[in-house]
Amino acid sequence: MTDREPRITSLHGAGGEVMDQLLSRLVFPRLAGRASGRIPLSAGDDGATLDLPRDGELVFTTDSHIVKPIFFPGGDIGRLAASGTLNDLAVMGARPFALSLAAVIEEGFPIADLERILDSFAAALDDVGAAVACGDTKVMPAGDLDGIVLTTSGIGVARRAISDAALRVGDRILVTGTLGDHGMALLAARGEFRLTTPLRSDVAPIWPMLAPLLDQLGDAVHAMKDPTRGGLAAALNEMARKSRTCIEVIEADIPIRPEVLGMSELLGISPLEVANEGKAIVVVVAGAADDALRILKSHPLGASAAIIGTVSEEYPGHVVLATEVGGRRFLDMPLGDPVPRIC
Amino acid sequence: MSHPFRFSDPRRARQLGDAIRLLAPREPVKLVHVCGTHEIAITRHGLRRFLPETVRLLEGPGCPVCVTPPADIETAIRIGERGAIVCSFGDMLRVPGFGRSLDAARADGCDVRTVLSADEAVRIAQATSREVVFFAVGFETTAPMTAAVILERVPPNLSILLSHKRIPPAMAALLDLPDTGIAGFLAPGHVSTIIGTAAYEPWMSGRRMPVVVGGFEPLDILYAVALLLRQIRDRRPSVENGYPRAVEKNGNLAAQRLVDEVFEPTAVAWRGIGILPMSGYRFRPSFESLDARARFNVGEIPDSHDDAGCRCPEVLTARAVPSDCSLFGTRCTPLSPVGPCMVGAEGACAIWFRYDGERTL
Repeated sequence: MTDREPRITSLHGAGGEVMDQLLSRLVFPRLAGRASGRIPLSAGDDGATLDLPRDGELVFTTDSHIVKPIFFPGGDIGRLAASGTLNDLAVMGARPFALSLAAVIEEGFPIADLERILDSFAAALDDVGAAVACGDTKVMPAGDLDGIVLTTSGIGVARRAISDAALRVGDRILVTGTLGDHGMALLAARGEFRLTTPLRSDVAPIWPMLAPLLDQLGDAVHAMKDPTRGGLAAALNEMARKSRTCIEVIEADIPIRPEVLGMSELLGISPLEVANEGKAIVVVVAGAADDALRILKSHPLGASAAIIGTVSEEYPGHVVLATEVGGRRFLDMPLGDPVPRIC
Repeated sequence: MSHPFRFSDPRRARQLGDAIRLLAPREPVKLVHVCGTHEIAITRHGLRRFLPETVRLLEGPGCPVCVTPPADIETAIRIGERGAIVCSFGDMLRVPGFGRSLDAARADGCDVRTVLSADEAVRIAQATSREVVFFAVGFETTAPMTAAVILERVPPNLSILLSHKRIPPAMAALLDLPDTGIAGFLAPGHVSTIIGTAAYEPWMSGRRMPVVVGGFEPLDILYAVALLLRQIRDRRPSVENGYPRAVEKNGNLAAQRLVDEVFEPTAVAWRGIGILPMSGYRFRPSFESLDARARFNVGEIPDSHDDAGCRCPEVLTARAVPSDCSLFGTRCTPLSPVGPCMVGAEGACAIWFRYDGERTL
């Protein structure tokens, strides 16, 4: 074999000298600089300590991340794993404070790829100033998993945690930007449809965009949610069901990129049913909607933010879409992964 | 979401809605389209809201995987059981044949691959020494692609399980069934770009049946419905082109030549309808060696009745709407479908389940 590229071996997960080297050479220099407690990540102890703020509520969340391809236009699994957990905290109204990172890696995985992934994980954390408190590495035999799986848990601190169910009749619904970018970019990047598109994933930590909104509007923000898997359709349905309200959305007001629309027409997959990784749905009291829009738009991530609908009591638990042409229909919960239409 | 290429201006839609109400007869009329993409557009844009109560617009046999007979699915499975790689459109996998689907066969160890075109089956065949079979379903829109691949390059280990169908003979057959009561056809735009408006004439002549070819944008569909209602009001039935920006009288002659070179029309079975003359294709003699049925000699598989209680046969012939079926949304859902119309993405039941069908909000 002429391939001299350094690769992950079973020893890297075995807890011995090889693993120690991996941690001290690859992981700690990238992730240990943001220690928040008396016993930090770099101590390599059995756990880390955190100095928590005295006020507010603790928010705790966890998520596992698999993605194909691992590197995609606009990001990679590292940025996705960081943003996914940071954003779950952010839409709870919590400032992300500390994350854990557990990696399960396939034997033979290129170490250079692992470095790239850690770099983008660290860059996403830098965007919000969160620390990595602890982590874990395991290696599985080649063929037992597809590349790498990252699991991140996160702790955040909220002045008052925001639920995704506290919608009230009369509230306005906003989205913080264009929808469907991540899902469609990945469909294209998988290469199954042999499509080329300039489309990039929107994967990004959104706390820097949401923090000013919460600071300035406070309790006027009634609910937030990030429309990840299942897209806007799934997220809005969940909010309507939990709050027993009706969400009415104006199709023509939903921001969607032309290239996303084009792909959706071609494949027969709705842009409202595919994942977003850098967006939030924000529900505010009607009188604060214009202010909320202005604040969101003042951040680069929120440049395409829009008011897309209202909360009513017409069909509790349902989402109604006023179509562009002037029809009305339910926007239903997607069933599962979207499949392209063929005939 | 304002689509740059979408014909969905709400003002024009209201005008067309007004025209439709003015043209609609007082007594109820049933209009039928034969295209899953039409049904998706109608439900997704909420277009039934523009129709008065007297005008019903139903899907007939418009979902290609739904009308594929169980015997063809069973043939594909038996070919797979003999060790060949079966390449199929993803839509087809979960459609039950005689109690089992290609998906279930795959779980039992058959090598079933999902492809998006015949072309992909060629590439799979080139990369293996095993026998590969392309399960060719779809209407006049996909048949030319299969023909083109056959004329261009067929690796010796590739054969075709031919199940393509022709729409105009099926439309004519619906009119001959009892209780269909069809007052007009909204003919499919995509199919018509290939076959042209002229292809409907021989099948509709002497039947005095209004036929309007319609596109798939919201305004296209409302416009075609208005044209149909005008023909009905004036009692001047004809084949009319409501989609002239894409469809011509004689269609796509190059595509027709491809199909004609490789296939010839023959009687084939439609699920839920029966055997219809001239409604499908068989290989011309010089291409018979590509016929997977002959190559694998799985024998004649007789067709049989569908699941008791499932009303797909009536849905496929526009004699019932999905919600007329007692299984709809209860025992039969997209996650556990009973009949084919709940499986295919273009099946009326699957679409109605997804968009709450005819209910107008």
